[in-house]
Amino acid sequence: MAKTVVLDRKPLSLSERTYLPQIATGLKTTFSNMFKPKVTLQYPEEKPKIPQNYRGVPTLVKDPNGREKCVSCQLCEFVCPPKAIRITPGAVPEGEEDREHVEKAPEEFEINMLRCIYCGYCQEVCPEEAIFLQDEYSSSGYSREEMINNKAKLYELGGTLPDQHYKWDKKKKAEWQGNSH
Amino acid sequence: MISTQKTESVSIVLDGEEVAVPAGMNLVDAAALFQKEIPHYCYHPQLSVAGNCRMCLIEMGTPMRDRGTGEAILNEDGSPKIGWVPKPVIGCATTVSPGMHVKTISEKVTDCREGIMEFLLVNHPLDCPICDQAGECRLQEFATDYGRGYSRYTERKNVKPKRTRLGPRVTLDDERCILCSRCIRFTQEVAKDDVLGFVDRGSYSTLTCFPGKELENNYSLNTVDLCPVGALTSTDFRFKMRVWFLKESPSICTESSAGCNILVSSREGEIYRITPRRNDDVNDSWMTDSGRSLFKKVRAEDRLAVPSIKQEKSSLDQSIQAAAESLKDKRVAIVGSCHATLEELYLLNRLSKATKSKKYLRGHFGKDDGILLSADRTPNLRGALASGFANAYPRDNLSKLNSDLKKGVVDAVLVVNEDLLSSGVEAEYLLGKSIVYLGTHANDTTNLAEVIIPTLTSFEKKGTFINRSFFAQGFEQSIPGLPGLLPDVHILSKLLDELDDENKVTSDFSLIWKNLSSPPNSPFKGMSFSDSLRGSLKVDGAKWKDLPFVESNALHYKK
Repeated sequence: MAKTVVLDRKPLSLSERTYLPQIATGLKTTFSNMFKPKVTLQYPEEKPKIPQNYRGVPTLVKDPNGREKCVSCQLCEFVCPPKAIRITPGAVPEGEEDREHVEKAPEEFEINMLRCIYCGYCQEVCPEEAIFLQDEYSSSGYSREEMINNKAKLYELGGTLPDQHYKWDKKKKAEWQGNSH
Repeated sequence: MISTQKTESVSIVLDGEEVAVPAGMNLVDAAALFQKEIPHYCYHPQLSVAGNCRMCLIEMGTPMRDRGTGEAILNEDGSPKIGWVPKPVIGCATTVSPGMHVKTISEKVTDCREGIMEFLLVNHPLDCPICDQAGECRLQEFATDYGRGYSRYTERKNVKPKRTRLGPRVTLDDERCILCSRCIRFTQEVAKDDVLGFVDRGSYSTLTCFPGKELENNYSLNTVDLCPVGALTSTDFRFKMRVWFLKESPSICTESSAGCNILVSSREGEIYRITPRRNDDVNDSWMTDSGRSLFKKVRAEDRLAVPSIKQEKSSLDQSIQAAAESLKDKRVAIVGSCHATLEELYLLNRLSKATKSKKYLRGHFGKDDGILLSADRTPNLRGALASGFANAYPRDNLSKLNSDLKKGVVDAVLVVNEDLLSSGVEAEYLLGKSIVYLGTHANDTTNLAEVIIPTLTSFEKKGTFINRSFFAQGFEQSIPGLPGLLPDVHILSKLLDELDDENKVTSDFSLIWKNLSSPPNSPFKGMSFSDSLRGSLKVDGAKWKDLPFVESNALHYKK
């Protein structure tokens, strides 16, 4: 065992005994910060700016014409690593003029946000560009049921995104014209 | 149809390798024997050859011979010179011949396949996300395996009718059709109901029903299975579930004594569809539409789910105890069922021996359609005979039980899955008798029963059925049973334990099969349950050949 060496403490000088230089140094830091720009955000009143390709809560989107884009192909349900997505597929009933030709749409679409790991596979696999991880990042609830986003909630979160292709609108136009696609 | 029954073999050179194949076989099947895939759409081993999809193009040639002398022409190195046919030939319509040379992989063949795939995809819609066939689609598979990988087509695609009703159970999407004509040939050759045909020409060709007709025969859903793309879809299964989620497990259809081999597709314990499984001795690749809807009984309203004593809920153990109580030391009548498996009937027979009870059996008969719906509408009547439970051919009623009840020689009745009241038993004779009911669904008899023990459907348990040709066909459990219930064999063996102090039989299948096959004149000599799972086992039915079986001649069945 190492031998303990006891050292004598030097007596404090006069300036040290008054504490004044130390207080002055501390106040200098305080006053200099008063005039620097603010970096703290007053969350949740103030929200940070979310970068473009941020992966937030997965949402369902509509096309600019207000038509739901998801056709319930269930590829996202298949690819989802934590099995957070659950889709009940359904048929679009005949007679709904604007989307009857799409034939298929989800009857129910549930994403369990307690399971979701925000990996973005669902967005990547979607052949209809209907599911996007957007800028919403804070989801909270008081029960497990509240944390399961259903179809209505997903569309509410998703809103409308611009469409590059209008695949189904082109399809409908082709039917009208007779033989184009 | 191409016969594969011939026994002599022919030697051909397949991709440079000399192989022996059965004579009379075509090249698609011959190559498949050696794990070489020749992609095809229109060819089906159990239908006639149409040769219209052109996907199975391959290179073929024969050793050259001198026209004058007939001697073989040789290459410079001494090997026989092969005269390759200058253009590719279709494998499905080319029968093997001695000395034939075949190339299933070559530059020309690859070119052909890429070209054919490109033509097929020209007017094919981009429907995969909403198409039910996606995941089991030949067009998807061959496009990835043999396609070019990109499209050069810039013109406009054709528009054809979608969501067309072909019949009560089949919906047609004409845009997806690749005009292979499998469905047409099936309705002509197997279902013998000629209703489908093509109209219009070229890229406007469209599949339709003949005017005033519908695809409504009891085999219409086989066209959906045959369709290599998503053109024909089952109206019932349409948009219900993507196929990649479905777990397919082999089973046996319980609709009739034909004993069709089936695949049960389920996800998380719920059945979504039933499709036929190929068995060339029993059902080829077909089954009836009516047999496909039998799975709906599993989750039916009237399904018995909770054991009860005197119509009050109880636990399974208590019910079995109560059942044993009410059968003990009484004159018992056991009503078996032709829907029960061979193993259950064996245990039921043991139970009747232990309690010295009388045995009754009812047959269920209908009209024979000459294909796969036989007149005997139960899957296991021959199993009842072979297990020893029944000695005579059952009648369509239980009038014998009725007269025995009338005479007062019966105090208690153990019923397995049979409705006594609709079988000619009068309710007044059942008053005061203790009835124990083992079955899957509620009926008038369950209202009178003292003890009800719910059992499992054939999808939820394992067992063996013996079909009309005396083929013993085993099947495994496809989906989990209802919570809290046990397979029938467990319940029967527990009852045996209660009622027979010297009982040595358990619900162990290997033990049951050992007992079944051990008697010197057993029809199951040398067989086991695992054998019957692997394929149809021919049981010796000579002992019962004089019984008045109701079936008439049908597919793979001769009276």
